[in-house]
Amino acid sequence: MSGDGVLVRDPIEPAALLARVAHDAAGAQAAFFGAVRDTNVGRAVLGIDYAAYEPMAAAELAAIAGEAEARWPGARVAVAHRIGTLGVGELSVGIAVTHPHRAQAFDACRFAIEAIKTRVPIWKREHYADGTREWVDAGSGAAVPAPAPVG
Amino acid sequence: MRVSVLLFASYADALGPGPVALELPAGATAADALAALRERPGAQRLPPAPMLAVNQRWATAATALRDGDEVAFLPPVAGG
Repeated sequence: MSGDGVLVRDPIEPAALLARVAHDAAGAQAAFFGAVRDTNVGRAVLGIDYAAYEPMAAAELAAIAGEAEARWPGARVAVAHRIGTLGVGELSVGIAVTHPHRAQAFDACRFAIEAIKTRVPIWKREHYADGTREWVDAGSGAAVPAPAPVG
Repeated sequence: MRVSVLLFASYADALGPGPVALELPAGATAADALAALRERPGAQRLPPAPMLAVNQRWATAATALRDGDEVAFLPPVAGG
């Protein structure tokens, strides 16, 4: 049930992602793109390092694409998540879905992004205007305190 | 048995990224790997029940380990 889901280091190209799922019976094309935001919990953000448990993250992305296609028959789903250092406005995640009808396309697209948020082992470390960098705690959305030095 | 432990993000900052080789008794579970990891410097960063994967699949503390397994302790994921 593994589908078209990948971890990438190069920029995500929306048109290229949509082209992976477009076909003549697809009257609906839905897409979601996540981009680096310039603030988080009131702090100015200059960029984000995305890190992953790479083989597992790639497998989970592929599994999510496959599960979406299985759950919405007729859907074609492509998912990409970028890792590395991204600046404000750069795309971190992209989902493209086609289906003959819009309801299923929207639903499968929403399913994919929510699944990515909960089960793909990817983390982000925000860069702040004061020069500090902190890992983001997914539960609260807030940065986690830096650990004490080892040793 | 010997298992290999990987750590990521804030856990890697606190304990090092690994891989950490752990020697565990036969019949050990992921909970036993976690207990062994807690002996190491920086382990106070680990929560009581961290998320974990065994051989790149989501698993639980009760998951039985086998020789050569790759165990990863994973901070709450924050992709997207």
